[in-house]
Amino acid sequence: MTTTTIASGAAAPQFYTTEEHHPENGTLLGFWLYLMSDCLIFAVLFACYGVLGRSYAAGPSGKDLFDLGLVALNTAFLLLSSITYGFAMLEMAKNRKGSTLFWLGVTGLFGAAFLCVEVYEFAHLIHEGATPQRSAFLSSFFTLVGTHGLHVTFGMIWLITLMIQVTRRGLIAENRRRLACLSMFWHFLDVIWIGVFTFVYLMGTL
Amino acid sequence: MTPTPAPESLLFGRLSLEAIPLHEPILLVTFAGVAVGGLATLGAITYFRLWGWLWREWLTSIDHKKIGIMYMILGVIMLLRGFSDALMMRAQQAIAFAGFEGYLPPHHYDQIFTAHGVIMIFFVAMPMVTGFMNYVVPLQIGARDVAFPFLNNFSFWMTTGGAVLVMTSLFVGEFAATGWLAYPPLSGIAYSPWVGVDYYIWALQIAGVGTLLSGVNLIATIVKMRAPGMTMMRMPIFTWTALCTNVLIVASFPVLTAVLALLSLDRYLGTAFFTNDMGGNPMMYVNLIWIWGHPEVYILILPAFGIFSEVVSTYCGKRLFGYASMVYATVVITILSYLVWLHHFFTMGSGASVNSFFGITTMIISIPTGAKIFNWLFTMYRGRIRFELPMMWTVAFMLTFVIGGMTGVLLAVPPADFVLHNSLFLIAHFHNVIIGGVLFGLFAGINYWFPKAFGFKLDEFWGKVSFWFWVVGFYVAFMPLYVLGLMGVTRRVSKFEDPSLQIWFVIAAFGAVLIAVGIGAFLMQIFVSIRKREQLKDVTGDPWDGRTLEWATSSPPPAYNFAFTPVVHDLDAWHDMKRRGYVRPTSGFIPIHMPKNTGAGVVLSALSVICGFALIWHIWWLAAASLLCLIAAAIVHTFNYDRDFHIPASEVIASERARTKLLEGRA
Repeated sequence: MTTTTIASGAAAPQFYTTEEHHPENGTLLGFWLYLMSDCLIFAVLFACYGVLGRSYAAGPSGKDLFDLGLVALNTAFLLLSSITYGFAMLEMAKNRKGSTLFWLGVTGLFGAAFLCVEVYEFAHLIHEGATPQRSAFLSSFFTLVGTHGLHVTFGMIWLITLMIQVTRRGLIAENRRRLACLSMFWHFLDVIWIGVFTFVYLMGTL
Repeated sequence: MTPTPAPESLLFGRLSLEAIPLHEPILLVTFAGVAVGGLATLGAITYFRLWGWLWREWLTSIDHKKIGIMYMILGVIMLLRGFSDALMMRAQQAIAFAGFEGYLPPHHYDQIFTAHGVIMIFFVAMPMVTGFMNYVVPLQIGARDVAFPFLNNFSFWMTTGGAVLVMTSLFVGEFAATGWLAYPPLSGIAYSPWVGVDYYIWALQIAGVGTLLSGVNLIATIVKMRAPGMTMMRMPIFTWTALCTNVLIVASFPVLTAVLALLSLDRYLGTAFFTNDMGGNPMMYVNLIWIWGHPEVYILILPAFGIFSEVVSTYCGKRLFGYASMVYATVVITILSYLVWLHHFFTMGSGASVNSFFGITTMIISIPTGAKIFNWLFTMYRGRIRFELPMMWTVAFMLTFVIGGMTGVLLAVPPADFVLHNSLFLIAHFHNVIIGGVLFGLFAGINYWFPKAFGFKLDEFWGKVSFWFWVVGFYVAFMPLYVLGLMGVTRRVSKFEDPSLQIWFVIAAFGAVLIAVGIGAFLMQIFVSIRKREQLKDVTGDPWDGRTLEWATSSPPPAYNFAFTPVVHDLDAWHDMKRRGYVRPTSGFIPIHMPKNTGAGVVLSALSVICGFALIWHIWWLAAASLLCLIAAAIVHTFNYDRDFHIPASEVIASERARTKLLEGRA
């Protein structure tokens, strides 16, 4: 630590700034912090899955249940939606409202497709008797994957809201900031999904 | 008594008239008191036509100073509730001996100790600590407000929403009877079938949202909004401790959110996370909740350490001894607090090597904490100490906290813990550090910063009465518990067989009465000070010859805090400014850009409380409806782009001129 000490009597330095002081905008940092806290929620769910993921209670195991083809399709939907969101951000940087909205729309469609497949998968499992109540393994499976799905659902609501706002007000500073936040959120969900895909589905079918 | 679960109706879920505890005279009288008091307050507000003022100036305010004050008020109100629980427990344990059952049936007693713990931690200590951070941090770093002013208001109302649910449980239904951490399987649906645990879950979930968001908010504020020249190592110590505390909040509260969500899935959907059958694992819950719970105690104590540091340095007229070591000690405690959680359950079968690891990490924490004690002592050494109230609380803290710290190190030794765990020795230990550390810190802070917030000092006579009754009362109330704990008396017991123990409980109850006088004297201190506010007035804005930036502005500070943003050249910036002949600017003011008030926080929090209440009572239609309204209201709020305004230069000139007059009047 270096502190400069000036003997009293020396010319007093400037103790205030007469211009309006604009601190840097903290929104992106704040949103990062929120994402990290969300990440911890997923960390807890992964830890639960790690501890309980083999507690089948004489019920079905991942090997019996998971359909990797379906999950691969789902993974493709989500990863593609991240790419298309990236395109939207590139268009936003070029200040092209129409094509930004177009790519946001495509992202939303991929998100919806992902959710549809997930709902189908869940319905199928429950129909076969592999309900969340059946065993600790299934409780932790449904909760981990379902929480991710819930996040995607809220992401979709947010996406639609933002599309309306961009349509109404254009790519103003506030909307750009919001699009940047949603972008981080959407990519974050992708990263989480890669963890889910690897630890739950791939390792579960081993 | 838990009534036998009635069949649930579509309209009211499991809520029926049975839920109102008409057969419990204690609750009825309390309810009557609260109702009369509440109606009188509401009536007075209506009579004096204060609703509009209250709504515009306070409830919807996004000014960090007003939100900080509202947090403090919430904390004081909940302190009265939490302390009433304490008095009831002390009274019960002092009389329930040798066959006499006392006046509290076990089920009621269990709810009281649970509510006492939950309220004191979540709705007294947390709001007051957050209140201080809200009020002081932006002023100390020379900012106009926090990074996200609306979020700040929303956080406060979510915390209040949680408190409202806890209070509701007193008169509608019951509260959890599980202990403040609600371990399963006891808190599972099989053993706690009624609403108590659900009140617990939803109160903490709603308040937890507020806590987490205010953590994010304050980190962003401290990282991004410091005045020019204020490097990290020139930040006041309180701001440093606030930063570390908020890092802990963001890194631990999500774990609480997640683990409570899993418990609710077990209770609502019948999943098998923490059940004894179907492959569930209750130890998961115990581990996870303490991964949140241990950092939580440091969330509370670190800001108190920060308050003591500011107080010691101000009242000794010296720069804090070992500023850098204080910062490092704070950061080390922050990190270590994540590596000790297992010491809360040494006896639950983790094995010798795991216990040794956590025992050693726990003992290591005493090193940075000890360094802090020495730093405060060396600051006092050869200082010109003024024994004003905050300094008195600080000295009492140092003596008391060292005792609590030593019994803590004792409990950190796993073999000793096998003897002492779950005993009253533990109860004495953690009250010793929470009262002696956090609470004394809060009182030091209240006496220290009150003149900043309101423009007049607190009355010294009643402050001293409160101080002595609190400190003496604490020792009388808790030292007997150490003795009882060493004799093997366990916690959470509502009646005893061995009459030789009774005298210790009677002494402890007397101590609780002394503390009650201390609390009464504190309220009296506030009341008397308001009456004598002209005499106690502080026109300088700097009544204690302070050292940090909050004392550079007027008391109370204007909405914009500083007419011009300060430029910092040294640690203890305001002391540096005074020493080097800073002249207060009196002209050249410009309009100031500020955020606008909004009622969205109140609305969102009210909807959350309704949703929580509906979920507790299984009123599914209402839960769904209020959740949809909540989402809709949040979306509607995002369509409001008109969120800020400029305070015109003329207004700034007027309020600065008023201050110039005050200062001249004094000279």
